Amino acid sequence: MVQSLEKGSNTLNGASNIVYNTKQLNLWYGNHHALKDINLQIKENEVTAIIGPSGCGKSTYIKTLNRMVELVPTVKTSGQILYRERNIFDTDYGVEELRTKVGMVFQKPNPFPKSIYDNIAYGPRIHGIKNKKILDQIVEKSLRGAAIWDEVKDRLQTNAYSLSGGQQQRICIARCLAIEPDVILMDEPTSALDPISTLKVEELIQELKADYSIIIVTHNMQQAARISDKTAFFLNGEVVEFDNTDVIFSTPEDKRTEDYISGRFG
Amino acid sequence: MAQKQVTDQPSVQELIAKSSNKKQKQLVEKLIPIILFIIASISVLTTIGIVLTLIVETIIFFKDIPVLSFLFGTEWYPFANKEPAFGILPLIAGTLKVTIIAVIVAVPFGIGSAIFLSEYASDTTRRIIKPILEVLAGIPTIVYGFFALTFVTPLLQQFIPDLKIFNALSPGIVVGIMILPMIASLSEDAMSSVPNSIREGALAMGSTKLEVALKVVVPAALSGIVASVVLAISRAIGETMIVSLAGGSTPKFDFDVTGSIQTMTAYIVQVSSGDAGYGTTIYYSIYSVGFTLFLFTLVMNLIAHAISKKYREEY
Ligand SMILES: Nc1ncnc2c1ncn2[C@@H]1O[C@H](COP(=O)(O)OP(=O)(O)OP(=O)(O)O)[C@@H](O)[C@H]1O
Ligand SMILES: [Mg+2]
Repeated sequence: MVQSLEKGSNTLNGASNIVYNTKQLNLWYGNHHALKDINLQIKENEVTAIIGPSGCGKSTYIKTLNRMVELVPTVKTSGQILYRERNIFDTDYGVEELRTKVGMVFQKPNPFPKSIYDNIAYGPRIHGIKNKKILDQIVEKSLRGAAIWDEVKDRLQTNAYSLSGGQQQRICIARCLAIEPDVILMDEPTSALDPISTLKVEELIQELKADYSIIIVTHNMQQAARISDKTAFFLNGEVVEFDNTDVIFSTPEDKRTEDYISGRFG
Repeated sequence: MAQKQVTDQPSVQELIAKSSNKKQKQLVEKLIPIILFIIASISVLTTIGIVLTLIVETIIFFKDIPVLSFLFGTEWYPFANKEPAFGILPLIAGTLKVTIIAVIVAVPFGIGSAIFLSEYASDTTRRIIKPILEVLAGIPTIVYGFFALTFVTPLLQQFIPDLKIFNALSPGIVVGIMILPMIASLSEDAMSSVPNSIREGALAMGSTKLEVALKVVVPAALSGIVASVVLAISRAIGETMIVSLAGGSTPKFDFDVTGSIQTMTAYIVQVSSGDAGYGTTIYYSIYSVGFTLFLFTLVMNLIAHAISKKYREEY
């Protein structure tokens, strides 16, 4: 609720609807230049897909957006990423604050070895919400939001690892929704899932778009075409092309984009 | 030329078929399990033998001393000429005092070091500190005993003037130092086996490092941590040298930690190294005390086993 109110006022004020503005971003792992002069603008309430061959820097890029990439000690960056007009690399920008606003869903489901309930309540709890009633509501709302409430409502106290991979992934999405972030980053969230779970997660992403801005890395061209509004094609650490998804998939400007999409390389 | 040589050679399969070590191999394969079984049986039988001896001698002891007055007696004067008393509670009190002090010292420091090593320390630091911990765990306990008597006790006396030369506090602290590396090392193992993907999941939700450590990693590794503590406790209960040297030999059933005590193990040492005649009640008493001690450590080990089984978390 709070989320949508905030969103509403944002657009009403005419405040920029650009969530992430990446300017001249470069990133090195030691000497390896993994991201080169990236310039990208990501709009709110859209699904932005990032595609490209293995090793082109997709994961690196989205892990930079919430600064998780800095867990690798050799990482160096230059340039700017403005999140809601503030540079996330500013020394006084706390990573915890950023990551509270920007949630992440990983390639491999990684629930905590706790009960389903505690998994979802984890985020609200560490951010200071203790009231049991409110927590109960958040848990139910988040699980519903992640389209898994009906499957788990009778066993909220069982360990999240007793669920199937696809269910675990939706638990991870619910865990992410529980703190009502502004942006959700997803790194190949369906690559470990079967087609049915994949479909569920895809439908979910479509629904979440109304309240969240979503950036998703995927290797699956059809998936990108189905669910995204914008698509960025990465190659060797560079953005080759960034445009509306239908343009990228029907009339790409760059020959390399066309080749990749039609499966001629990568 | 070269080609001909190659074709002259028999194929590898032919060589294998011809090889003579086949029969030999089969024989070895048959014998090895039998030999290993015998070896395993010997160690099991030895253990059973020891326990049986303990039980048999303890039963003889109970012919002289009623079980109830042994279990609930609050006085232990085995050497009294007129009316010797064999109530084990003072010895248990001595053991518990030392163990509890040791746990109070070792658990916070041990788990604290484990959290530091697993969550905060760099790889290099960890690579240096872990082996040091393992070396610490290998120091002979007599050295710790000396350390307690000649260093820790005088040091403590600076702050607690009432402290006797022999007391429960100093050996308790030193036993704590002795079991600390064990807790730290085993808990660290448990924590570092928590997969990084889980830590990343927590960090990505805006957790601080401390929140990740305390709210995600420690709970996930809890079974290993608790098992390490329980194992360490059973070592503290069985610890002998430190308490013999620095604890004294005055069995008392009270809560005082500043005066001389005697633990179960120290009593056994005292009697074994003295000259209690074979067949006397005192002689048999060391078996009854030994058996009690055995029950204590057995229970602790069973608890450790049950805990690590119950809380084995899949991740
Ligand atoms: N921790 C790291 N240390 C050093 N180099 C790394 C590290 N992680 C990634 N790289 C390198 O950075 C480049 C980009 O990697 P990244 O993981 O972003 O690729 P990706 O596009 O996500 O590939 P995939 O589709 O296979 O997931 C690769 O060349 C990779 O080898
Ligand atoms: Mg990747």
